[in-house]
Amino acid sequence: MNARPKVGLFVTCLVDLVRPNVGFAAVNLLEQAGCNVDVPVQTCCGQPAWNSGADKHAADLARPLIEAFEPFDYVVAPSGSCAGMIKRHYPEALANDAQWLPRAQALAAKTHELVSFLVNVRGMKQVEVRGAARVCYHDSCSSLREMRVREEPRALLASVEGVEVSELKEPEVCCGFGGLFSVKYPEISERMADGKIADVQSTGADLMLGGDLGCLLHLKGRMQRNGIKLRVRHVAEVLAGMDDQALGE
Amino acid sequence: MSLDPRDFRKAGQAALHDESLRIALSRLKTHFALGRARAVERYGQEEWKALREQGRAIRDYALANLDTLLEQFERAVVTRGGHVHWARDAKEAREIVLRILQDAGAKSVIKGKSMVSEEIGLNPFLEASGIAPVETDLGEYIVQLRREPPSHIIAPAFHLNKEDVAETFREAHAALDPDRPLIKRTELVAEARRMLRARFESADAGITGANFLTAEEGAAVLVTNEGNGDLTRLLPKTHIVFTGVEKVVANLEQAAVLLRLLTRSATGQDISSYVTVMRGPRALGEADGPENFHVVLVDNGRTRLLGTEAEEVLRCIRCAACLNHCPVYAAVGGHSYGATYTGPIGAALNPGLMGVDVARHHPNASTFCGRCAEVCPVKIPLPKIMRHWRAREYASGLAPKSMMAGLGIWAFFAKHPALYRVAAANGARLLKLMARNGRVHALPLMHNWFAVRDFPAPQGKTFRELWAARK
Ligand code: SF4
Repeated sequence: MNARPKVGLFVTCLVDLVRPNVGFAAVNLLEQAGCNVDVPVQTCCGQPAWNSGADKHAADLARPLIEAFEPFDYVVAPSGSCAGMIKRHYPEALANDAQWLPRAQALAAKTHELVSFLVNVRGMKQVEVRGAARVCYHDSCSSLREMRVREEPRALLASVEGVEVSELKEPEVCCGFGGLFSVKYPEISERMADGKIADVQSTGADLMLGGDLGCLLHLKGRMQRNGIKLRVRHVAEVLAGMDDQALGE
Repeated sequence: MSLDPRDFRKAGQAALHDESLRIALSRLKTHFALGRARAVERYGQEEWKALREQGRAIRDYALANLDTLLEQFERAVVTRGGHVHWARDAKEAREIVLRILQDAGAKSVIKGKSMVSEEIGLNPFLEASGIAPVETDLGEYIVQLRREPPSHIIAPAFHLNKEDVAETFREAHAALDPDRPLIKRTELVAEARRMLRARFESADAGITGANFLTAEEGAAVLVTNEGNGDLTRLLPKTHIVFTGVEKVVANLEQAAVLLRLLTRSATGQDISSYVTVMRGPRALGEADGPENFHVVLVDNGRTRLLGTEAEEVLRCIRCAACLNHCPVYAAVGGHSYGATYTGPIGAALNPGLMGVDVARHHPNASTFCGRCAEVCPVKIPLPKIMRHWRAREYASGLAPKSMMAGLGIWAFFAKHPALYRVAAANGARLLKLMARNGRVHALPLMHNWFAVRDFPAPQGKTFRELWAARK
């Protein structure tokens, strides 16, 4: 492996807008893992358009992103969902574009979700930070099933001193966020969120972590609405040793 | 209860408030999902993976050779003295069945579970023609008494609890002794048997579905757990197999592979209680069997999907594993769909059969969580097909105007990074300003988000602002 690979950080819209800490935690972790990190010009990966069937918008957003990240050795995102869009769906979105398809495929091949990149590509085995909480980890469906990330965040969390990880009963069940689904069918989304929150509460954890801010905002927002006092943050923050305010504090 | 897929959202809202439905649906996991998981475990994860791949290949081969396999099937059936009828659409299918029954002089008809017959509305049509069929599958019998459609493709009465069934029997069975207990499952089954037995004995014709058709042998294969399929086909003089054209496979050996996938995926059984292979009318020297044997093959929009991006949905073997693992189905139940096929298979199939405009909610009501595709025994990429229907909806301007306008504005900003950066920075600041106690409680134009949840307060500056400052 060459000494310091160049990593293009895809910050994601939600981290940019709501939770810059996650972006800085990602930079910190990537630098610890021996990477040179930069943040090229970017907007959105286009997933809302793709999932809505707005194929032209999705392809139009994919092309500049591909161009911006092509110079890097890797594309890393603190989100299984956005990484999954680039990795799994860019080649589909540009399937009929002979010129761009190979470029989409090349970018897909070097795109990773943050924590699995640290563990599987950079060989990170532990982090040297302390925390103090009983935590549980919420798998997003895209991390779990599109990006095949499962053990990696748990492995790194186990190395955080003072942190104890407990498992949900049904970690593979969706929390009901689903991007625009959360506003197209709010009442179904609500039922699914409540199921997930009950599962989280039954673990006895006082801090819920996850790798996708979308799920976390949806679940934390639902907890706030119902007066449930559980702390929520992105897993990268804990791994980077950030222990200031959690989401919505 | 609405039977219009266009009412999905309203019907779903009502279903979410139905406490007894919630209890019934909570059994999806214990009743089906756990059983399937154990069956796969027994079979071996690696072996299961290989079996699914085999199943996919068998179904793909069948779809690629549908015309020749169906003709081969027809020849084999005719050779053994049976008849094959082709129905292009629902109307033709209904009329063919009526004609067969009239020609046979059938007055009393019994019926095994057939989702294709639900799809084309066979029962109401026959009733209107004076030949009301009696359903013999227990679940199907219960929903028939209640004049409801099935709510689940393999467990028609899954939306009901035992108490509901007891009540239904007490209302419908005039001769039922009011003191007879109907509490345990076995007592309910015994009561249904008592009523159905007489129907079996007096029926002139029996209608069943088929899980598979095999081209080489001209056989129809039927899976049941109650044995009602066998009685339905054996006792009456005339037997009609009613099923979709896509059910054909090359031969019995391939059907046997699919059978291994089907029962494990459906109920977690290594094999169902009964597997019936039906090959035409009673032959010389055979002890039982019908005198007349008919197969009605229904297209009704299926072959139109061949060669399209939705083609893979035709691989489906109707095991219901996708429903049983679907969080949306688990929330709203089958009746909310207002269609015969519900859950993920409905979401992938209904727009093709009913039109994107009619069934638009089905593919939209999904988080794309992907569990359905993960458990599907023939590896149908269900979310991908749902997305395909959303794209068709969007391209033909059928998507809600507000969503298309919203996406258009958002996409405009997203295509202009400088504008997007400013908009995000202003948005972050505004949200932070509006937040109280760490949350935003409401926002104009965002009613659907705030209908059920708050929005956690942002930090106030965007990552890119802070990153630029740091550099
Ligand atoms: S789509 Fe797959 S999982 Fe769903 S019913 Fe059909 S075969 Fe079974």
